Amino acid sequence: MTDRSAIITAMQAEQDETSASEHGINAEEWDRLVTRLGRQPNLVELGIYSVMWSEHCSYKSSRRHLSKFPTKNKHVIQGPGENAGVIDIGDGQAAIFKMESHNHPSYIEPYQGAATGVGGILRDVFTMGARPIALVNALRFGDPSHPKTRSLVAGVVAGIGGYGNCVGVPTVAGETEFHSGYNGNILVNAMAVGLADQDKIFYARGATPGNPIFYVGSKTGRDGIHGATMASAEFSEGDEDNRPTVQVGDPFTEKLLIEACLELMATDAIQAIQDMGAAGLTSSSVEMADSGGENGEGIGVEMDLDKVPQRETGMSAYEIMLSESQERMLMVLYPDKIDLAKKIFDKYDLDAEVIGMTTDSGRMVLKQFGETVCDIPVAPLAEDAPNYDRPWVEPNKRAPLDMDSIPEPEDYGEVLLKLMSCPDMASKRWIWQQYDRHVMGDTVDSSQSQGNAAIVRIHGTNKALAITSDCTPRYVAADPYEGGKQIVAEAYRNLSAVGAKPIAITDNLNFGNPEKPETMGYIVKAIEGMAEACGTLDFPVVSGNVSLYNETDGIAIPPTPVVGGVGLIEDLDKVATLKGAQEGDVLIAIADGDPTPGLGASLYLREIHGREEGPPPLVNLDKEKGVADFTRSLIEDGLLNAVHDVSDGGYMCAATELCLASGIGANLTFPASGSLLGYFVEHQGSYMVAVSPDQVDEVLTRAKAAGIYAGKQGDLGGDAMVLNQDVINLPLAEIRKAHEDWLPTYMSKVD
Amino acid sequence: MKTAVIVFPGSNCDRDAQVALREATGQDPTMVWHKDGTIPEGTDLVMVPGGFSYGDYLRCGAVAANSPVISQLRAHAERGGYILGVCNGFQILCETGLLPGALIRNAGLEFVCRPEVLKIESTNTAFTSAYTGGEITIPIAHHDGNYVADEETLNALESEGRVAFRYVDNPNGSARDIAGVISENGRVLGMMPHPERAIGGHEGGTDGRGMFESLLSAA
Repeated sequence: MTDRSAIITAMQAEQDETSASEHGINAEEWDRLVTRLGRQPNLVELGIYSVMWSEHCSYKSSRRHLSKFPTKNKHVIQGPGENAGVIDIGDGQAAIFKMESHNHPSYIEPYQGAATGVGGILRDVFTMGARPIALVNALRFGDPSHPKTRSLVAGVVAGIGGYGNCVGVPTVAGETEFHSGYNGNILVNAMAVGLADQDKIFYARGATPGNPIFYVGSKTGRDGIHGATMASAEFSEGDEDNRPTVQVGDPFTEKLLIEACLELMATDAIQAIQDMGAAGLTSSSVEMADSGGENGEGIGVEMDLDKVPQRETGMSAYEIMLSESQERMLMVLYPDKIDLAKKIFDKYDLDAEVIGMTTDSGRMVLKQFGETVCDIPVAPLAEDAPNYDRPWVEPNKRAPLDMDSIPEPEDYGEVLLKLMSCPDMASKRWIWQQYDRHVMGDTVDSSQSQGNAAIVRIHGTNKALAITSDCTPRYVAADPYEGGKQIVAEAYRNLSAVGAKPIAITDNLNFGNPEKPETMGYIVKAIEGMAEACGTLDFPVVSGNVSLYNETDGIAIPPTPVVGGVGLIEDLDKVATLKGAQEGDVLIAIADGDPTPGLGASLYLREIHGREEGPPPLVNLDKEKGVADFTRSLIEDGLLNAVHDVSDGGYMCAATELCLASGIGANLTFPASGSLLGYFVEHQGSYMVAVSPDQVDEVLTRAKAAGIYAGKQGDLGGDAMVLNQDVINLPLAEIRKAHEDWLPTYMSKVD
Repeated sequence: MKTAVIVFPGSNCDRDAQVALREATGQDPTMVWHKDGTIPEGTDLVMVPGGFSYGDYLRCGAVAANSPVISQLRAHAERGGYILGVCNGFQILCETGLLPGALIRNAGLEFVCRPEVLKIESTNTAFTSAYTGGEITIPIAHHDGNYVADEETLNALESEGRVAFRYVDNPNGSARDIAGVISENGRVLGMMPHPERAIGGHEGGTDGRGMFESLLSAA
């Protein structure tokens, strides 16, 4: 279609319900659209409605439930609704962060899907004026034995590394798990954290009429068209044919874009700014128009699409508006700053063009080849998007696990080896060794110590941010409400375990098809559980993303709401990690003291007996906070040499991980009463800490005074993990080998 | 000591280099933009930092080696000025011919980021005089750090004492475990490990400080 008149005819052609249906707009939504518009849309208009009303952009299934999240505390400067959340970290500075999924593209084209996921989340952060300082990713793959898993792992890891390493932002933390429930839908959730001065934060809102709309970055091509729509539908066999809709990333251009934008942001040229992410030019211009005006009353936009820098010839208005080409930004400038802005982008050899003006019409008007190809009111695109109250059913409660049905293992050493080398627990060194964790020179602790949370110094200060990502899908599948609580609590725990004060979270809610009441029930209850934990722990949600329709051939992924937590360390001299334990230290368990909840939904039950049964361990949120505060105070006072939170595999695995990181064995004694299986129970609100012998009394005394359980578990020393003399007696080297070898061995196999 | 850091589009260790030089010398280096920047007269040391110059979509460092600033870098070298090229900087120095050899894809084909133990081959250089010999640990982070050169060149480098560091546990397949090489006049060092990421206060350790201290006393 290089003939201009043919393009215009196609663009202006009136569309009907059939065409709408092909765009993913159902009958009810079509009626709403036609009513609001007062006529049937043309092709460009339909395309714009379809992406703006897609699940991905409108959150139409989750919006009413997301509003249950607490979103404020005394640190929050900006909660959900902007490109990313913003928190006050003192000294006039702010941390800006968000997590986002790139699940569907990563399954279809793992390298580019994952790479552009990193690029997209970085743009969300530097759009707001922050220099990105850390990347984190939470990955979930199918069963290792599934024929696609290995190549997906290889592609996703290479893609994340290829992008993050080049752009020069350290990838400091993450998690990687495997489960057959992800065979048809992997999860790639990326989080970026940035640093900005509070008086230099930029928003999408606030544009006023009569100002130039400025396009910067890469040229627009045909890649990624309908990406947002793809992310809003189930997969079925043969969807690999969607490959051409996956965008291609260019981290080099992103790096230039970061530098150029930050340079421009140091001036007073920008009135409003929005990155071009999902639904590209459409959503960025609509969002800026809808939130524009001095009081947010909304403004109009008029753009000449011929001015949009284009990578290919003969592109139609429809393609230009729906393209998801990467590394592009849209901004509204003050009129007298155009030359200044152009000069900065010219320095970096980036395209930069004025493509239109903001207006007071409240309408989106688009022109191509001098003809009007779109003229619709802005408000309905954003504000009248469907907001469904999807039917949902309460998930069934699981029956309590009958502990008598679990036989004592013959060899606890074998059990420990098996757990430490199972896919979810095994070292992910093969992955994080491919990520540059040190660029920018402020990484104090990263995946390298296989610890609780990464620690990244705030440049030029002795303060730091602690960053973690967490989700235990086993628990959410077992009980979404309790599992939802646990995820938030675990993030809180991980940050506290390094000595940080937890401040806020971003979330990435990954679920199946919300039109199924069973799935919707998990979404609702998980959100409610998370919300309760956020409230009790004063740990609000400041940004996030929802990824639904993670289903293939009708089979949904395990419910996977991931949390990215950020905490503040005021003094880098007062932190703890896994690796500081010394020979002769005493291992002490610090816990909420609640009774043993059993092995329901535990890693032990799944890995040793192949059973995914029983209710998850319960979190006592009130006590969680108390135990965390207590542990943090011990770190601040320098009483702890090493700290690890208790999670997968219970006390035994927590102690083993701490010993591996510190390179010292341990001699543990489990109290005589009760089954040794208790040592694998996944107690919540618990920490394993290493204390110098001369500080033990002080720690125990303080615990007693605070009403918190603290019990000696054994001593550090030697080069073996020993439990109750001979129940387990394994050389640390043997455990390390099993722990380290699983992933590289798996990845080096050829199918 | 007056220092400068060249900044190419896609350099990403320029700030790390800036911080390290500031800490070592007590004054800020001049940041020289590749297109129109100038290496100030009287500069003692120019650092060519790590990163992905021009995206390195072509052979690493090949485009940067033809950038406008390179003529100034050559002039600085001809004057006998000191040059430290790290990672991408090493690749660029090889591409310009200021150092012999080339860096190709890691033998394992994957990007590798890890602390690396290096054997100091000589403490009798401008870059290593502050060390007492033995081994140091410096982080690496690269995809193309596999050093290659013909046998004659490798023999010459060794016999002339121009191998600055060798890997103890070769991470990338480099010929004869070479991690860094020095020019004939002893004033230009290229190395894959990042000494500027090992100046203290973070995960990279402190073993890189000795290099900046050495240069400080040399210049």
